[in-house]
Amino acid sequence: MPPLLEIRDLHVSVVGSEILKGVNLTVNAGEVHAIMGPNGSGKSTLTNVVSGRPGYEVTSGEVLYEGANILGMFPDERARAGVFLALQYPVELPGIRNREFLRTAVDALRQSRGEEKIPIREFNKLLEAKAKELGFDSDMLKRNVNEGFSGGEKKRNEVLQLAVLDPKLALMDETDSGLDIDALKVVSEGVNRFRGPEKAVVLVTHYQRILNYITPDFVHVLIGGRIVRSGTRDLALELESKGYDWLREVSEVASPAGG
Amino acid sequence: MTTQEPRVISRTSRIESEYKWGFVTDIETDRIPKGLSEDVVRLISSKKEEPEWMLEWRLKAYRHWLKQEDKEPKWAKVSFPPIDYQDAYYYAAPKPKGDPLKSLDEVDPELVEAFNKLGIPIEEQKRMTGVAVDAVFDSVSVATTFQKQLEELGVIFCPISEAIRNHPDIVKKYIGSVVPYSDNFYATLNSAVFSDGTFCYVPPGVRCPMELMTYFRINAEETGQFERTLIVADKGSYVSYLEGCTAPMRKTNQLHAAVVELIALDDAEIKYSTLQNWYPGDKEGKGGVYNFVTKRGKCLGRNSKISWTQVETGSAITWKYPSCILQGDNSVGEFYSVALVNNHQQADTGTKMIHIGKNTRSTIIAKGISAGKGQGTYRGLVRIQPTAKGARNFTRCDSLLIGSECGAHTVPYIEVKEPTAHLEHEATTSKISDDQLFYLMSRGIPEEDAQYMIINGFCKGVFQELPFEFAMEASQLLRVSLEGTVG
Repeated sequence: MPPLLEIRDLHVSVVGSEILKGVNLTVNAGEVHAIMGPNGSGKSTLTNVVSGRPGYEVTSGEVLYEGANILGMFPDERARAGVFLALQYPVELPGIRNREFLRTAVDALRQSRGEEKIPIREFNKLLEAKAKELGFDSDMLKRNVNEGFSGGEKKRNEVLQLAVLDPKLALMDETDSGLDIDALKVVSEGVNRFRGPEKAVVLVTHYQRILNYITPDFVHVLIGGRIVRSGTRDLALELESKGYDWLREVSEVASPAGG
Repeated sequence: MTTQEPRVISRTSRIESEYKWGFVTDIETDRIPKGLSEDVVRLISSKKEEPEWMLEWRLKAYRHWLKQEDKEPKWAKVSFPPIDYQDAYYYAAPKPKGDPLKSLDEVDPELVEAFNKLGIPIEEQKRMTGVAVDAVFDSVSVATTFQKQLEELGVIFCPISEAIRNHPDIVKKYIGSVVPYSDNFYATLNSAVFSDGTFCYVPPGVRCPMELMTYFRINAEETGQFERTLIVADKGSYVSYLEGCTAPMRKTNQLHAAVVELIALDDAEIKYSTLQNWYPGDKEGKGGVYNFVTKRGKCLGRNSKISWTQVETGSAITWKYPSCILQGDNSVGEFYSVALVNNHQQADTGTKMIHIGKNTRSTIIAKGISAGKGQGTYRGLVRIQPTAKGARNFTRCDSLLIGSECGAHTVPYIEVKEPTAHLEHEATTSKISDDQLFYLMSRGIPEEDAQYMIINGFCKGVFQELPFEFAMEASQLLRVSLEGTVG
């Protein structure tokens, strides 16, 4: 079995300037990987490129999902194949109710598997159950997607979508930023509930705080568009006490050309 | 080297958009020869077996129209070649087969079939539950359902030609009281030659238990349609009225100049919904209906309310401003509109809210969608008269542009002559955002569906004002009208 996600020597530019400078990463089913790094190191670029967001130019390298290169696929095709991105800044969708949005998405996934559309009652049951698990106010299901939601509510909504859509690979882009401790716990529980032998999580984060709740199998440090160090949970703790600067030097040593 | 394009390009193959209501019904037609003259006006009146006062009113209108020639309104942002008013038929009616109808089952099967095709069954056994329908084919009403049930409540719902004969006192009192025959070029023309339309009267205290609907169908070629609708809601009554319209695909333009008058007395409410889907012309802008319509409601009584909801997707040109005269104290006027233009369509539409009574309130929500080479204009007037103490208005105009060759224009006029008035005006122009599109797609939703979800969301505030079945139809209509441009 090929790894769920394999990134090989990935180079990505945005408006002509290179952000990712040769990233390699292998994520197997059953694993949780945390990607840490300072602002502007390319963490969000990495998750966005894997999910197919427009605006990024892949200049070289490959992104293999279940052994096949997905770089030529559109975002909806990747999603239907099982890739999910929890956005750092979830978008507001005026006039589209959360419930309707989720049901359309569930139906799109089912139809791509050759299944019938989900019966409304079955969907409502599923949605209520998942919403309850996440302590989601059912009022928020009736509201337009993310419209007027607080920062925490938006992030919680992303985790609700993760629970309902049940992908194979979850890319969580700074889902923990801007959360108070209670919301952080709820979001972490949602991710932990998602974990399983056939699932994988790539958790992009600034701080090791969320790793107190979600224990990663691997921790990678992304600086200057490269993964400069990989380790286990201990690496995250080390980063918390030492910061990123000592690794920045390592990064420069590793790339004499300076990128 | 693999590139992720900055803009996602759709790869779903699409069927060219088809106007599926474009069929022609082959039926014998009784027509008055082309052209307009005093004789034609007299002939229309006599075909309708009208009383003398009605003919006199028509003739006054006709003579006034003669003085108006070449005075078509020029201020709208629409352009079209001059119309030769002598080169059109002013009356066309399906020829009756034998005696007048005794029941709906005797309606010509060809006509029944035509309305079935349009999704408007008029036969007794198939008719829609909860909706009474007046089916108008070219210049005449061919069937009206549920008339008996409505009669029991005292609700009159019938062709206006019938009302002129059977309920002359109500018609005489109100016809022309909101839109006088001298109002504007097209309204004057309509007053002279109007052939049919719907009349509705709801007696005091009655809440009309079903939706009343008129379905207008133009069938005959080179024929103008000039229907006239009059709705009177007596004290404390309520009525919800719907209209739908379609026409065959013709290479020549057809003129549709209707007049609608609404009157709401004390504590009465009229809700008027339109799905306008006249033939819009082909992709090159050939053919299509000129929809030059005067619609106006008068909140005559205290605490009365008139609410217009329109979804305008059809017609080559739309010139239409459903308005409210808020005369009664505390009366309320509402205007909810979605106007879509695609290919070469032009729409200049909006509303007028004339505040006269104290504490009158009005709301305007106008959504314009422009695609292809379409040009959409919102034109609106909010006028607060010196008598309208404490008047309030809220206006919101949003435009959505699809593609780069279309246009959206907003022309709001505000005239305030009373210092206690409170007005708010909001306007936005936007395109479908790439972020919204990506968000929906990243959840597995195909691009085209994602776009329609965004467009539907944009129209939500208007669609939710429509009766449920109409709202579903409106959103489908939007999709059909935009096929081939979105994605």
